[in-house]
Amino acid sequence: MAERQPMPLQDPEERRRNFNEVALGYTEEQAVAEAARCLQCKDPKCVQGCPVNIDIPAFIACVAERDFDEAIRTIKLTNALPAVCGRVCPQEVQCEQYCVLAKKGQPIAIGRLERFAADHESTGGVAAPHKVKSTGKKVAVVGSGPAGLTAAADLAKAGHSVTIFESLHEPGGVLTYGIPEFRLPKAIVRQEVDYIKQLGVDIKVDYVIGKIKTLDELRDEFDAVFLGTGAGLPNFMGIEGENLNGVYSANEFLTRVNLMKAFRFPDYDTPIKRGKKVIVVGGGNVAMDAARCALRLGADEVSIVYRRSEDELPARREEVENAKEEGIIFRLLTNPVRILGDDKMNVKSVECIRMELGEPDASGRRRPVSVKGSEHEIEADTVIIAIGTSPNPIIFSGSDGLESTSKGTIVVDDTGMSSLPGVCAGGDVVTGAATVISAMGAGKLAAQTINDHLGKQ
Amino acid sequence: MVHQVHLMKVFAPDVARAAKPGQFVIIRIDEQSERIPLTIADYSVEESSVTIIFQEMGKTTKQLATLNAQDTLQDFVGPLGTPSEIEKLGTVVMVGGGVGVAPAYPQAKAYKAAGNKVMTIIGARSENLLILEEEMRAVSDELLVCTDDGTKGHHGFVTDVLQRLLQNGEHVDRVVAIGPPIMMRAVAGVTKPFGIQTIVSLNPIMIDGTGMCGGCRVSVDGKTKFACVDGPEFDAHKVDFNLLMSRLAVYRDEEGISIKKHECTCGGGQ
Repeated sequence: MAERQPMPLQDPEERRRNFNEVALGYTEEQAVAEAARCLQCKDPKCVQGCPVNIDIPAFIACVAERDFDEAIRTIKLTNALPAVCGRVCPQEVQCEQYCVLAKKGQPIAIGRLERFAADHESTGGVAAPHKVKSTGKKVAVVGSGPAGLTAAADLAKAGHSVTIFESLHEPGGVLTYGIPEFRLPKAIVRQEVDYIKQLGVDIKVDYVIGKIKTLDELRDEFDAVFLGTGAGLPNFMGIEGENLNGVYSANEFLTRVNLMKAFRFPDYDTPIKRGKKVIVVGGGNVAMDAARCALRLGADEVSIVYRRSEDELPARREEVENAKEEGIIFRLLTNPVRILGDDKMNVKSVECIRMELGEPDASGRRRPVSVKGSEHEIEADTVIIAIGTSPNPIIFSGSDGLESTSKGTIVVDDTGMSSLPGVCAGGDVVTGAATVISAMGAGKLAAQTINDHLGKQ
Repeated sequence: MVHQVHLMKVFAPDVARAAKPGQFVIIRIDEQSERIPLTIADYSVEESSVTIIFQEMGKTTKQLATLNAQDTLQDFVGPLGTPSEIEKLGTVVMVGGGVGVAPAYPQAKAYKAAGNKVMTIIGARSENLLILEEEMRAVSDELLVCTDDGTKGHHGFVTDVLQRLLQNGEHVDRVVAIGPPIMMRAVAGVTKPFGIQTIVSLNPIMIDGTGMCGGCRVSVDGKTKFACVDGPEFDAHKVDFNLLMSRLAVYRDEEGISIKKHECTCGGGQ
């Protein structure tokens, strides 16, 4: 059996100091060769692993036959953001995990092929979608992240008049402010957002629901509402020294770098502290992104401080490997106790304690326990806290009866409907911080639910 | 308005309709700009306008000052923050320092409309930097003016005037102070021994202004708060002003670089 086609990457020595995309994408020849490995299963398991159920064998067959236009048309029947998904989905736990080839060797590189098809289309100009007959119904989508964009695209395809309300000045949510340029170029996000606008979706930026208008007011104006407001409220650890100068939430650090382009300061006005010794607390994709951005801003040394061991790192394997290749130091089984500052209230070090893994906790992961007397100080001038986020409560101001949990997430039934009739929710605002693709799956489900709901009106 | 202080009326119907005293907006001039917070100085639903008043302090505010009528801003987001709690209390003293008089104005107006006796103290470095004197007089029962250099009104700080007022036995139910952090800290110091409830409007660094980054975090009563959503108004006696001032100075070097570059490309700031 043919080997899986490797992904060409920018050289680690080169890329650790620039913000250009790390993965360079397949050439036509590589894509066709990879597509030819697909067995075209009669009962394809890969599709089940895809939260938006792309007809994977069909689009791969098109790539194998060099009909790239048909490949992307097939993908776009169910997925409005293929260039994004091909880059940031954790395929190893989704579509590719179910590929039959994975049993004996390496699964088909579905994500890379999806990316290839999307990129191939964008080089020739994205085809305008067909306009559909209007239903005369109006739907409001709050938040333009992956959940909101997916819901909006599906609702527009169903003929509803869709308006997205976005609080920031650029649409895309975490795709724009969170995931760095070197993993997901912003030009690509903009292109996919433009495609959704071509479907007839109106996007209002700088529009904070909960402030300009309440949810209740939206419900009066629209026939249905989808809430895809994400989990954008940063969690802090609550340890001493967290408000010292040089301590950032990952959200702030990444927003400055990605949305405000602080890496291009002073051509762009937003500044950022270019730390020399940087500590990133956390082990998820956000921690990897923050660490790799700090390195690219010119840091001498960037460490990931994580309280569990390598096996429990929640970040994608590929991103951990990329980070290691670039020289990020992993201080595992280590937890910050307090952050120490100098007389000017600037960070000078982080006191950490070593951890060992104890009994499994409720989530099934072995609980880290601190080792008495193992406190040690690590020098640092910048500390980035990447220990997770919660839903932003701003959406709840002025909305009576929207049921939520103690964690601030919105309660929905298995169709995505909230406690308020006609109001669906999905993505991180329901699950807490999760993945781009699971948010897209939730957006898709909610769009279907809203369709059904409007059909009954 | 006066030297390096400018007033801008922005056509923003949605913001004007929703705005309340105490709230602020975030603006971005163009594609390369940073986002900066500015307190809402006035708003009119009839005119669909929101008024902002700003002082030239750095690159962005200097650039903003070069705009003319009919120019547009790339982004104007708001209203943000929690509105002031305006209620009928009795006597309210409004203290405004420098451009802090601007955000104090809609509050003074609202306290007056709610049936309070409003006494207003406004201050500036010099007479030619005083703003909104007539507007403030129109919504106050009494207006006291002071300048650092004695060119108008009392020669000295707003805190001197406030101190004298309280020592003279004036019954005051609430003091609201808006201005530079050092002034707000001083006001808090004056009112504390008298046990008078004192509200300040904090001005930390902000990026999004919607609670998603914590860049604006402040310490109030030992707890971390995000000024953009929990505030910007807080109980002055519980605010850690030293932390606020230290965090405001974080980007001083970068601000210097940015303004230098701006002046080079803009003909020496002319």
